[in-house]
Amino acid sequence: MIEPRILEVRTKILKKNDELARQMRSEFMEAGVLVVNLVSSPGTGKTSLLRETLSRFVDSGSAVAAIVGDLETDNDARRLAESGAPVRQIMTHGCCHLEADMVQEHLDGWQLFGLEYLFIENVGNLVCPTSWDLGESVRVALLSVTEGEDKPLKYPGLFNTSDVAVITKMDLAEACEFDRQSALDNIQAVRPGMQVIETSAKSGSGIEEWIGILRQKRNQLMTTVDSAGS
Amino acid sequence: MHELSIANSLVENAAEHAAQAGAARVTAITLRIGALSCVHESALRFSFELVTKDTLLEGADLKIVEVPVAIFCEECQREVTLPGIQRFRCPVCDTPGADIRQGRELDLESIEVVEQHAEVS
Repeated sequence: MIEPRILEVRTKILKKNDELARQMRSEFMEAGVLVVNLVSSPGTGKTSLLRETLSRFVDSGSAVAAIVGDLETDNDARRLAESGAPVRQIMTHGCCHLEADMVQEHLDGWQLFGLEYLFIENVGNLVCPTSWDLGESVRVALLSVTEGEDKPLKYPGLFNTSDVAVITKMDLAEACEFDRQSALDNIQAVRPGMQVIETSAKSGSGIEEWIGILRQKRNQLMTTVDSAGS
Repeated sequence: MHELSIANSLVENAAEHAAQAGAARVTAITLRIGALSCVHESALRFSFELVTKDTLLEGADLKIVEVPVAIFCEECQREVTLPGIQRFRCPVCDTPGADIRQGRELDLESIEVVEQHAEVS
């Protein structure tokens, strides 16, 4: 009888994804592209917020592009393309989240240099996308006023790994009896110090603030790249 | 169910290490799973059984070590373990803390293998 042997391997289970994401992030940074990964439940309004965001960036002359993930259909890509920005659809055919290699494949042929912002709209899901790094600089968790103020407590994993929280559909807050303070408290409970923006893609409220934050994040990224290069 | 993707990566990863070591079979595998990693244990076990079929990991015992969240408390100047994942405040002094020191693990810790010649019995 031969005794089994124990090998201490100590590696990340998602090592391959992590390594690819790291490589992509450095390419994005070098090209000066701020990559934003938008994550929320289905129906929170990622596409509406993103369409509005892309339109405003396009109108102001900024170079933006978007990649959108869904299980099936290219409906979201068509909606987003109305903004005038280049958009590509990833159809995951059943996969509940995006992975770094899916994003990389869909970047094929796009020139990163010259691009300022790249948005990745993840598959609508508040659990599964959490563990997959897509090479983004900013991860944004979205929460709509129709979903319940305790969503951050129910899905702490995602909120905790995000950099910014966006509350959407603020135009419906009153009709839904949205308890704003409770939602803000719950976000801070699972991610102390998190930046929160309240928006409505319909009325346009909060959108300029949101865009301002993205511009600021890109400026920070450029400063980091410049100081690393000099 | 993202546990299926995790199980796939896990098996790929473990099989690579086993092959490098010249192992014939993997008999057990130990993971460290953080409380914040959003992994459902029974879904992972189900997926693991599914994806290990006809591989050298088939029948391997899956051991899961759960890792609680620990944050560094600025006030207490030390690492503190949290009882849950809904409230990121020091359990001693109640100061909020975002400096996470553990709890996001999704790690393959070790594999137990039997060598090539052990198969001959």
